[in-house]
Amino acid sequence: MIKAEGLTKHYGPLTAVDQISFKVEPGEVLGFLGPNGAGKTTTMRMFAGFVPPTAGSAEICGHSIISDALAAKAKLGYLPEGAPSYGEMRPREFLDFVAAIRGYHGDELRTRVGEAVERLNLGTVLNQPIETLSKGFKRRVGLAQAILHDPPVLILDEPTDGLDPNQKHEVRQLIADMSANKIIVISTHILEEVDAVCNRAIIIAHGRILADETPENLIHRSRYHNAVTLRLSRDGDLDAVAADIRAVAGVDHVETRSDARSLTAFPDGDAMILPSIGDLAGEKSWPLEQLQLESGRLDEVFRTITAPDSAAEAA
Amino acid sequence: MSAIVTIARRELRAYFATPVAFVFIVIFLALSGWFTFYLGGFYERGQADLQPFFTFHSWLYLFLVPAISMRLWAEERKSGSIELLMTLPVSIWDAVLGKFLAAWLFTAVALALTFPIWITVNYLGDPDNGVIVTAYLGSLLMAGAFLAIGSCISAANRNQVVAFIITVVICFLFLLSGFPLVLDFFAGAPQVIVDTIAGLSFLTHFNALSKGVIDLRDVVYFLLVIIAWLYATSIVLEMKKAD
Ligand SMILES: Nc1ncnc2c1ncn2[C@@H]1O[C@H](COP(=O)(O)OP(=O)(O)O)[C@@H](O)[C@H]1O
Ligand SMILES: [Mg+2]
Repeated sequence: MIKAEGLTKHYGPLTAVDQISFKVEPGEVLGFLGPNGAGKTTTMRMFAGFVPPTAGSAEICGHSIISDALAAKAKLGYLPEGAPSYGEMRPREFLDFVAAIRGYHGDELRTRVGEAVERLNLGTVLNQPIETLSKGFKRRVGLAQAILHDPPVLILDEPTDGLDPNQKHEVRQLIADMSANKIIVISTHILEEVDAVCNRAIIIAHGRILADETPENLIHRSRYHNAVTLRLSRDGDLDAVAADIRAVAGVDHVETRSDARSLTAFPDGDAMILPSIGDLAGEKSWPLEQLQLESGRLDEVFRTITAPDSAAEAA
Repeated sequence: MSAIVTIARRELRAYFATPVAFVFIVIFLALSGWFTFYLGGFYERGQADLQPFFTFHSWLYLFLVPAISMRLWAEERKSGSIELLMTLPVSIWDAVLGKFLAAWLFTAVALALTFPIWITVNYLGDPDNGVIVTAYLGSLLMAGAFLAIGSCISAANRNQVVAFIITVVICFLFLLSGFPLVLDFFAGAPQVIVDTIAGLSFLTHFNALSKGVIDLRDVVYFLLVIIAWLYATSIVLEMKKAD
């Protein structure tokens, strides 16, 4: 288990992290979600023992990051933001170095490094200086370094930043494969990522936790949750359709789009309005091109939570 | 212990992965030869010893050692690799010591490569080899002290050029602290302070060793300077690593 209690970091007058408290249990993949400058990296750095907290405490598997830092670090695999490493080294040397520091030698060192290399498909670049590798490979070298000792806790700061869609998919697959009995914390500002790999999401902004839920529940917070969006063919009469839908039981309000062909009907509370709208469409033979139930929009939830004012403007 | 060795080994390898090691050794050997034979009047003195050779070591180190030490921590901070190193399960002290030992070992190799000059003087005459060994030891200790100062300055600066310049200046003050240039500055201070400062001079301690006099106090002096500056390095790192 890892936990933070009142974790706080000041940089001069700036409060980068403001009394954050949470716990994560094995099996949880926690997504740290927040706009740039929210304090994600600072929080992770405090856990990793790189930035000393101004106040508060944190623990990794029972070891305090302040009074028992070496034991805490031994339990942790950490990918710093931007995956820094020693540019002049080759991945093999680099991974051997990290493994040796972590206390492996001889056959076990070779096995550990070999497994990490295989897991991240680094076989082809093992003897090429790291500074000459592509961004994707550099990130993978950083990940290999983090998982080498099969740690019970993995903290990965923007593990997929700057990767192409295939590489992103691979990294997410890797995280999913390892997640069974580990604690994994990733930070990201990519919303789909949270949906794809996390079973818990913490939204932070200005150093504070604003939401701590499953991605599903987060989506349910969206005003689009269970809304119905439809599009008519070119000759449809949108205004008439909108008027009909407004009369359906459970519909709170209807928003028409500027293309004059589509609209979204928002339910009143938890009301399920799709069936009635579907029936009505058949009855009145609307010239429908598309009819869809919205599950909710994460980006909208994200904006509403992290920047309530600008979200209101956009809506 | 093994972490120190692992870090030192990585560091040493990094020297040889770039031309730094080669350039340093060539310049060190060329300059020490040139100083000895031309400025020091190696032949003209008509004496079979290495006194002129060692006399110039302090001045050689003044510019060459900061060139080695400037990258010790500044580069890690600039590239961000310090975040990796400091989040591995090693203590800051192990990292400081490992890196310092690598740099020191490297200067020891450069120093060892001056052996032809020792062979030459044995070929030409009959020197006191005990004196020469002591002088080599003194030279190595002085290099270590310069490196320890450089390590601390490098930890405090992200920029290697700035680290180089500040290190040269501080090393220069330490070299000359027994001389009027520095002492006049403290003219108004109590005698104890002036004496202490005079006693800090690298040159005074090194000159004794280079003449073959092993005074434990000189050896301990250099070791203390090294430990003090390395300790300062670890404190600076603790405070500034993430800035
Ligand atoms: N070393 C530092 N010195 C001063 N301010 C910093 C430092 N590191 C981060 N900050 C500030 O702290 C805030 C949080 O940054 P960070 O944790 O990197 O956010 P995120 O990772 O969520 O984008 C930002 O305003 C950033 O400018
Ligand atoms: Mg960040």
